[in-house]
Parts: sequence; C-alpha cells; structure tokens
Amino acid sequence: MRKWYNYNVSFKWISEELNIFNKCRQYRLRLKDCPQFLFLIMGIVISGSAFTTYALGTRYFVVEPTTVSLIVLVVTGVLLIITFSIVRSMEGLAEASRLKSEFISIVSHQLRSPLSNLRWAAEVLVSKDFGELAPKQKEYLKIIQENNGRMGELVTDLLMVSRIDEGKLLFDKIKFSLEDLAKEVINGLKVLAEASNVAINLEVSEILPQVCSDYKMIKIVVENLLDNAIRYIKEKGKVFIKINNKNDHLLFEIRDTGVGIPKDDQRHIFQKFFRSQNILRQQTLGSGLGLHITKSIIEKSGGKIWFKSQEGVGSTFWFTLPIK
Amino acid sequence: MQKILFIEDESALQKTFGDILTESGYNMVSATDGEQGIRLAKSEKPDLILLDLILPKIHGFDVLKQLKTDKETKNIPIIVLTNLEGVGDVEKALEFGATTYLVKANYSLEEVVKKIKQSLAPKE
Repeated sequence: MRKWYNYNVSFKWISEELNIFNKCRQYRLRLKDCPQFLFLIMGIVISGSAFTTYALGTRYFVVEPTTVSLIVLVVTGVLLIITFSIVRSMEGLAEASRLKSEFISIVSHQLRSPLSNLRWAAEVLVSKDFGELAPKQKEYLKIIQENNGRMGELVTDLLMVSRIDEGKLLFDKIKFSLEDLAKEVINGLKVLAEASNVAINLEVSEILPQVCSDYKMIKIVVENLLDNAIRYIKEKGKVFIKINNKNDHLLFEIRDTGVGIPKDDQRHIFQKFFRSQNILRQQTLGSGLGLHITKSIIEKSGGKIWFKSQEGVGSTFWFTLPIK
Repeated sequence: MQKILFIEDESALQKTFGDILTESGYNMVSATDGEQGIRLAKSEKPDLILLDLILPKIHGFDVLKQLKTDKETKNIPIIVLTNLEGVGDVEKALEFGATTYLVKANYSLEEVVKKIKQSLAPKE
C-alpha cells in the first residue's frame, strides 16, 4: 500500500544515516554505549578477520593449522566482547524507554487531578450560582477555561501515548457504520470549520458494509484527520471525504486544499511529538501527538494509513479498516 | 433533605462539591480518607456515596468492597468519581457493586449532579 517514494530516499538522507558519530551525539550516548558505533567496530573486525584468514590460510603463506585456530579463537573472543557490549547498551536503551513511558504515565495521571479541580471551580463561577459576573470577568474566566481545556487535551493525548507504548491500548471491537461515524465527527467540528471558512464534502458511492473496530478509537482517528485538515487550511478552502468499499476492507480518503507538508518533513509526520515546519505552525496549536496516535490506532485495528502531500496544494490521507 | 457522603482527599473538590451540592438541595457530609469514609457511611446513613479511589489509609476499592458487603451499608448507591482509568478498573468497581463509574476528566459538574439525581431517583 505504501509507496516507496514516501520514504524520500535521497543522498542527504543516506549520509545522515551513515554519520554514526553524529547519531551517537544526537542520542547523548557515549561511544562505548552507542549501538551504531559498536556495530561498526564489529563489522570491521568480522571483515578484517575474514580477509586475514583467507590471506593466511590460502593465498600468501602456508601456515600451520594451530596458528589459524589460534587466530580464529582470538577473533571470536573479540567478537564476543563486542556483542556483549551491544547487548548491554540495548538493555540500557530499553530501560530508558521504559522509564520514559512510566514517567509520562505518572506525570499525566498526577496532572489530571489539579486540572479537573480547576475546571470544576471555573464551572461553578460561570454557572452564576454565586452571582452574575462583569463582562471583563467573564472574558478572563473564558481564557482560564479554554487553556484548561487545552491542557486537558494534551494530558489525554499523553496518556494515550503511554498506553500505546506499554501495549495497554484497550480495544472494544464492535460493528458500526463508518459513514455514520464520519457524519458525527463532521457535525462535531462544524463550528470550527465554519469559523475557518472551510467547506466539508462527504461522498459515499454506495451502501457500505459495517466495519469492525473500536468506535471511540476510530472516532479519535477521524477527528484528528479532519481537525488537521481544517486547521492547516489558510484563509479558506475545502475538505473532501470519500469512503469506498474494497472487498474485505473500507478505504477512507480525506483530501484538503491546505498548506501541505514540506517534503523533508514527510517521513517524520507519524513520529511522536513531531510538528512540521509549515507556514501555519506558529498559528496552529498542537502537541505533535495526533498523527502518532492515529497511526497506532489504525494499525492496531488491522488497517493501514498513508498520505500524499504537496506544499501549497494540499494533503490527502488514506486509511483502511477491515470489514470483518 | 437527602444526604450525600463525599469521600475524597482533595480539599479543593470538597469545597466545590460542598457548594454545588448544597446549591442543588442536598446535604453533604465529607470524609477525607477511606477509614473515615466507612465510619461515616455507618453512622450518618447517607442516601448516596460519592467515592474517590485513590485515598489515604484505605484504598477506594477496599472501601467499596467493605461497604457493599456490610449489611448496614450495602443498599446505599455508590458512585465512583476518580481519575483512575487503568485496565479493568471500571469492570472491577462495577463488579464490587458500584452504581456508576465516572472519570473526572470526562465530566462537567452539571453532568455529575445529573448522575447523582438519576442514582437517587426511585427505581421503577
């Protein structure tokens, strides 16, 4: 499904991948802990010893079998030590990754309580149970509520990511209509779309079979994709959503006339915390978690997700969901 | 006036719910840890209990279990109101006998009060 050109193979990319020292520095690892460096050393030892054995044993000298065995033994020893260091460094990395997930999970749980306390306290003030508010007071209270909401969303996203990392994303599979779900999401984002001068067009060619997945999760997926499409449209534009039947799965397509994703950013957009350097970055809010969550959900549902985008023209995202 | 016991260790929430429940016409009694919660459930005989799960002294799940196995308190409806949302937590709470399980982050005060009203309404 995914086209090779989405990976953007270029010389720049190849040289970046091969620059081991740069990579180790980027991960803030010492050379002796850096898997890339250790693999390089192992490669040199293996090819060096293969060549030496070949040269010693066959070509230039006739050496006693005892010497050859000794050389092989020494080389094996060196390789063992290197392999051991690689395994140790991998263990360290795995542990660091586990600690990071645990940290995110604890922090987001701890953040939730003060956030709901704040939200409910603001709700009491707005509810006028304790008197009418002056217009200026209302304005500032609205700012508090909006920012509380933003932080709440971020914490929810972080928790979702930590569940994905820990493999604890719960799926409650049921059969439902993807078309109805899309209509519900479009309805929910109507206000945002109208405020951004974006027209949304839903096209369904035939009567579609139901898909089998977690309704809430797929709703998050469609919300993320439509929300992105609307937010990354400058001034005014259109979003086209199509759902088609492809035998054993449904194909969902969402195309926008937005600013598009810069070519260099395209291979990163499903990564955690990545935000594209496009021209609307400063004006749009976002944590860089939406597409990462979206991809994880689709893959866990047994589907695939991919996209095509051109700067100044727009982006199209596709995902599939199995019918059974 | 119907009486609601609120078992919650956050003082900010004690204050907010104290005000909002009084405003909605209920009498609120508060407990700040699990032990006090169980004691007050027996002595005050509330019409409904709002229960947080992460509590000092006795964990909310144990409070729930004890209240639902005690003859004196087992018929009091209990609404779990928490930010705990781990795997299987909801199922566990409902299995122990909780009426509903509300995740704080997903509900407005108005919605929580509505759920309280629903749980207090006589069943047909």
